Amino acid sequence: MPVMMIVKQPRTIREKLLNLIVYIIKKRYLYLMCIPGLVYLAIFSYVPMYGVIIAFKDFSYTKGIMASKWIGFQYFGKVFATSDFFDTFRNSVLLSLLRLCINMPVPIILALLVNEIGSTAFKRIGQTVMYLPHFISWVAIGGITLTFLSETDGLVNIVIKRATGHTIPFLSSAGMFRGLIVGTTIWKEAGWGTIIYLASLSAINLELYEAATVDGANRFQKVWHISLPGIASVISIQLILQCGNIMNNGFEQIYMFQNPLNIRSSEVFETYIYKIGLLNTDFSYSTAVGLFKSIVNIILVIIANRGARLLGQATFY
Amino acid sequence: MNGVVKLSGKPKNKIKLRVDDKAMAIICYTVVGLFSLLCFLPFWYVIVYSLEPYSLYLKQPEIPWPAEISWTSYRLVLKYGLIWSGYVNTAFLVFVGTPLTMTLMIITAYPLTKKDLKGRNFILTLWVVTMYFSGGMIPNYILVCRTLGLKNNLWSLILPGLCGCYNLILMKNYMNGLPGSIEEAALIDGANDLQVLIRIVLPLCLPILATLGLFTIVGYWNSYFNSILYIYKPDKYPLQRVLREFIATDMVDEVNQGITDVSQQVNNFTAKMAIIMIATLPIMCVYPFLQKYFMTGLVLGGVKE
Repeated sequence: MPVMMIVKQPRTIREKLLNLIVYIIKKRYLYLMCIPGLVYLAIFSYVPMYGVIIAFKDFSYTKGIMASKWIGFQYFGKVFATSDFFDTFRNSVLLSLLRLCINMPVPIILALLVNEIGSTAFKRIGQTVMYLPHFISWVAIGGITLTFLSETDGLVNIVIKRATGHTIPFLSSAGMFRGLIVGTTIWKEAGWGTIIYLASLSAINLELYEAATVDGANRFQKVWHISLPGIASVISIQLILQCGNIMNNGFEQIYMFQNPLNIRSSEVFETYIYKIGLLNTDFSYSTAVGLFKSIVNIILVIIANRGARLLGQATFY
Repeated sequence: MNGVVKLSGKPKNKIKLRVDDKAMAIICYTVVGLFSLLCFLPFWYVIVYSLEPYSLYLKQPEIPWPAEISWTSYRLVLKYGLIWSGYVNTAFLVFVGTPLTMTLMIITAYPLTKKDLKGRNFILTLWVVTMYFSGGMIPNYILVCRTLGLKNNLWSLILPGLCGCYNLILMKNYMNGLPGSIEEAALIDGANDLQVLIRIVLPLCLPILATLGLFTIVGYWNSYFNSILYIYKPDKYPLQRVLREFIATDMVDEVNQGITDVSQQVNNFTAKMAIIMIATLPIMCVYPFLQKYFMTGLVLGGVKE
């Protein structure tokens, strides 16, 4: 800024302050624009973060956070002493790992295949249809799945019964639950997941394919040696983001399919905290569980980000 | 087969299609076609089942068209009061929440694109932290219900999730990708930052505004989780909550209330299908029109600075 160059180096704190005020007034619109967002952040993000201290207090809803008594790590002792907690921990991590291994590659394969399709009309209609389930709520997807897989009058079981004579308890067995979650996740999100890969596929230089054709590569070799390496960096970023997300399974999907018959494998942190905290009103205990989850999550995110940086260097140099 | 091969080949390419081209075309069209069908068929079946009487459904559930069309299910479900209060509540979320979210997102994202703005990194950090750490379910519940007293108030479904950091960053990255020279020219001509944002930056942001606008509308339309935390009065339920209650607890008796003739009543199964359709149809109708913006909006927004 030419104006700023005329101003001589500030010597005293007073001068520095004055310069700062002049600067803020000059940029007042930009700073004013930040204010509503900061107010929102303070109230709805940072106040609840402060509220986490009830994990260390004997919280009473009538007394409030301030007036409740400090009791230290008592609730954490209680958390680590219950078997429910460890079951929940195991279920959450197992489910996330399953999603990582199965749900992660599906959009990549789909994107590679969509990219090879020559007909733009087919491509566009296919994409429109594949993205559709992403926009439907888990409540509706859950409702559709529940009716289709029902043992009494669901389409799938009617067909299975006709063929084999017996039905499959998709919804009411603990053993089927993880498959149910993986399957419905693929149905709802795999198509939508292709967007990011298709975007980076479209950025690959076409000359690479032409050169490969001249060298005598076939279609499959081109996919393997050009397309896949072309999106490798996006894949690694997605993988790392997923790794930082291992403690999270999302409430709504799990809650839709959870019932007393499959609770052994369907109880994850989100549903456990909801039940203990809101239904049993054990606020401090469930906040302690939530805090444990958040801390593990942060450690995972930090590790994942380190990994991203290492991988980033590996791919760029 | 001829048609498929013709589609996959480049028209200018006079060389005969090779075996691997054919094989690739077959694999691609089959897999993508089947997956698309899999995404679409369940919704189609829901429409079919909602229209045909339950007894006919049981005979041949796999036939993808109704054996007999009857609108009884829709007629009865639409008389059910909670559907309408659900629609009104959800409409409130969409029409009040979306403008608020978009405005907050725009005015927050724009200053964050100014890399030389003092304090900008600090504010950005404050936002990014919320992506990885949050107070969690219970402290949020205490804030909304006890401190703010918003229990059973529709604002409790809007305010806590007003502006997500992820979408904010998409918006910011998109704005970063715009040519800065026009903005500078306007500033030199004497426009202030607010005028630059409204007159110059926003018109260029149409793809990302459409994308994030759609995400926001869909988010409000589909919102369910917050309602089980904060809403305990049935007449304040948003639509998805009504749908869930309907699916989970068989509420068909309330729909059939006052209808003594059994043949005029609707079956639980058919009523569920109809209510699923009623609760999702508006989104299905809106989204194809905004789809063309996704690619541009998301691709450019995803670019890192």
